[in-house]
Amino acid sequence: MRKQKLVVVGNGMAGVKTLEELLKHAPERYDITVFGAEPHGNYNRILLSPVLAGEMGLPDIMLNDLDWYRDKGITLHAGRKVVEIDRSRRLVRADDGSAAPYDRLLLATGSLPFMPPLRGADLPGVLAYRDIADTEAMIAAAREHRHAVVVGAGLLGLEAANGLALRGMDVTVVHIGAWIMDRQLDRPAAELLQASLEAKGLTFRLEAHTAALVVGERGRVAALCFKDGSEIPADLVVMAAGIRPNTGLAESARLHCARGIVVSDTLQTVTDPRIYAVGECVSHRGVAYGLVAPLFEQARVCANHLAGHGIGRYQGSVTSTKLKVTGVDVFSAGDFLGGEDCDEIVLHDRAGGIYKKLVLKDDRLAGAVMVGDTADGAWYFQLLREGKNVAGLRDHLMFGQGFAQSQLGDTGHQGQNQAALLPDTAEVCGCNGVCKGSIVKAIREQGLFTLDEVRKHTKASSSCGSCTGLVEQILASTLGGAYQAVDKHAKPVCGCTDHTHAQVRAAIREQHLTSIPDTLRALDWQTPNGCATCRPALNYYLISTWPHEVRDDPQSRFINERAHANIQKDGSYSVVPRMWGGLTTPAELRAIADAAEKYKVPTVKVTGGQRIDLLGVRKDDLPAIWADLNAAGMVSGHAYGKSLRTVKTCVGMEHCRFGTQMAMDMGVKLEKMLFGMWSPHKVKLAVSGCPRNCAEAGIKDVGVIGVDSGYEIYVAGNGGIKTEVAQFLCKVGGDEEVMEYTGAFLQIYREEGFYLERTCHYVERVGLEHVKRQVVVDAASRRALYERLLYALKDAPDPWAEQQAAPLARQYKTIELKAEPQGDRHGLAESLSA
Amino acid sequence: MAWQKVCPLEDIPLLGARVVAHEGGAIAVFRADGDHVFALRDACPHKGGPLSQGIVHGSGESARVTCPLHGWNVELATGSACAPDAGCTRRHAVRVEDGAVWLEVQEQSDPVRPGG
Repeated sequence: MRKQKLVVVGNGMAGVKTLEELLKHAPERYDITVFGAEPHGNYNRILLSPVLAGEMGLPDIMLNDLDWYRDKGITLHAGRKVVEIDRSRRLVRADDGSAAPYDRLLLATGSLPFMPPLRGADLPGVLAYRDIADTEAMIAAAREHRHAVVVGAGLLGLEAANGLALRGMDVTVVHIGAWIMDRQLDRPAAELLQASLEAKGLTFRLEAHTAALVVGERGRVAALCFKDGSEIPADLVVMAAGIRPNTGLAESARLHCARGIVVSDTLQTVTDPRIYAVGECVSHRGVAYGLVAPLFEQARVCANHLAGHGIGRYQGSVTSTKLKVTGVDVFSAGDFLGGEDCDEIVLHDRAGGIYKKLVLKDDRLAGAVMVGDTADGAWYFQLLREGKNVAGLRDHLMFGQGFAQSQLGDTGHQGQNQAALLPDTAEVCGCNGVCKGSIVKAIREQGLFTLDEVRKHTKASSSCGSCTGLVEQILASTLGGAYQAVDKHAKPVCGCTDHTHAQVRAAIREQHLTSIPDTLRALDWQTPNGCATCRPALNYYLISTWPHEVRDDPQSRFINERAHANIQKDGSYSVVPRMWGGLTTPAELRAIADAAEKYKVPTVKVTGGQRIDLLGVRKDDLPAIWADLNAAGMVSGHAYGKSLRTVKTCVGMEHCRFGTQMAMDMGVKLEKMLFGMWSPHKVKLAVSGCPRNCAEAGIKDVGVIGVDSGYEIYVAGNGGIKTEVAQFLCKVGGDEEVMEYTGAFLQIYREEGFYLERTCHYVERVGLEHVKRQVVVDAASRRALYERLLYALKDAPDPWAEQQAAPLARQYKTIELKAEPQGDRHGLAESLSA
Repeated sequence: MAWQKVCPLEDIPLLGARVVAHEGGAIAVFRADGDHVFALRDACPHKGGPLSQGIVHGSGESARVTCPLHGWNVELATGSACAPDAGCTRRHAVRVEDGAVWLEVQEQSDPVRPGG
């Protein structure tokens, strides 16, 4: 197939991000030509402010140097401006007369600074603040001149003013509005910010209308004159009064524009489907974005369509703002002004320089403004984007994530939960030993923008994930406005697809999909057979949705579930026989001891789940050790699976003088009922015979606590990465009810939970009320759930017994090569009956 | 240096692997999509995890295995770790003939060459 030609007009962040994404999906599909008006590779425009402020140099902000284009086989025309699109002949012409034909055209022409029509606006010394050339001109002016005036007190204007002041100029910021950053801040926040900027030496003129720029002796601008007749000296005037989408080229090609090139959710222009547009030049659903994060979202969707996958839709972005002025923290997101139907929570410490306002609407966070302390900006933004119900958090919402989390245990990083407070040497990721400084360095040097990229490059947050919140905070504070918190539930399952877990689950149920290949086909998977992330998820969704119908696919399971034992760091395995309710017998113990000796098990350990772990078993020995344990009446403990693990019990009323219920008996019944249950993640239960709760039922997926009049059932606890206290579900009278309610809860989790989502995360996502409605309030729903669980678990086999039979047992055997292969007629290294 | 018969192809599960004992360290023989077979030293370049126990995915030259210990992806055709991870594990020549898998194994005296 002939390669298609893709021409990109605009060599900025949006256009090149689209190319990077496209090359990931379809590296061979296009011959790519890029036109850029600036004579550089692609650089990080957001970091021009630190360059102006002298905190970074130009080489630090390059994202793609010229070598990148060469390595990727992209033809780059840097410093050449496209002046015409000939849609009928499908080619573009540049200002040097050259032409490039296209099959697909991507417009990423960005925006132009708005230059107010003022007398004197064309004088030397009057600049916009948009690109490297502007920045260099400002740095040069700061060397020679003294008085700078910045027109416009928005984000860009304030950053320009700050940079010029740091370079030694006297800076006055002229603003037409009643307070600074009026598009992002309310008045109290703006006044606090203004005070701190004034303390840094900036001067402000608010509600000031510029009349003209006055020329000086050498033909350069010398002063700025207001409508009230007053005048201030100005050797440099920076126009930062806003930006306008750069649509001139598109308009001349008669593409529909309305304050931006109008595009659909697939980022195609509504006029010509061969022409795509992304970035600041675009108007999507009536909105033109000026921050980088939405542009990256557009780039991802656009690349997907250019690659021919055609699945993703861009549906608009919620944006947040951070001011990148060192020592001044400002954060704003969403509807920060509020209104009649909103509630506001405000903390205002004028002397301390801290102002925070949270706007709530219908129990959800609708907006946030913060000045002075923005450490929780990323957290608020996450809550806002996910539209999470915050009713339960409301009374401590204002005190931030740290306070909210200090109520719970979060292990692995010395109890820290605010990245801003950490020194560079602090270990953020306790699993992989990554400290804050390395993460910041990687973000800056490798140009990382997302959590996934940080995970890949630094390994931080890639193991247990308990430091994810911290890493997101570090991303947010390092990137400023370029950081876009992702709605984790709206994320695709993995890089093989754009579908979310919810969409995949729904499709499997609605289309009655019963195999992994069918599912991959039906959902247009982008890889031939998935990856190590999606295949186990799909396998679980299939077997849990269609029990007794779908065939389990061992090759789509993690090794532990394929080998029915837990792989250890040296490649050996651990074997844990089930001890129902933590009970055992002398005969079982004897058999375990015999097996441990026979197979030379180096370590025998009592587990936290009240059973015995035989560690260090060779894979070749697994079928044999299982056979010995089976012969003594023991079965798999599933200590390796996303499945029922243990039911921990106290001795209960059977022996304990305080016991009110038969905890051991109840625990055994539950464990027998749930034997062989696969679930989105591991499931642990406990039964205590009285509220002293010796079985620690308060941190289990289901915790049952006996009281004199019956049982209390608690759900969604967790004793692992993050200690989560189980929540009260209901009180029941007898054993049968414990089984029914527990079964119904676990079944709704099995049906609705996403793969690798523990019960605590599932319940957090759907809300305990939803669970209570289905499991407690609606008796018919509860019985149906319970029956579906019992049906799924009917005749659940002992995997250890199954695996000993041929041909399954074969996979455990190491193949020994024969010394003289010619001597064996079949040449086989092992007998076929193995 | 010698070619040795390992086992019938169907003894290796599709998208799976078998382990072959070898004095220079175990060798993982993979059966990837389309019955393409690959052989690598059964040790991840990261921390020596048994690659034979990983999940096999992708096809053709882009067939990969994900190490079961820490999730590194290793290219089956080259033994190289996928970016941004870096490292390489040794390759062995392997082919299928008349439904049987043949592996080229070095004698102990052969110098060890790096893979990739």
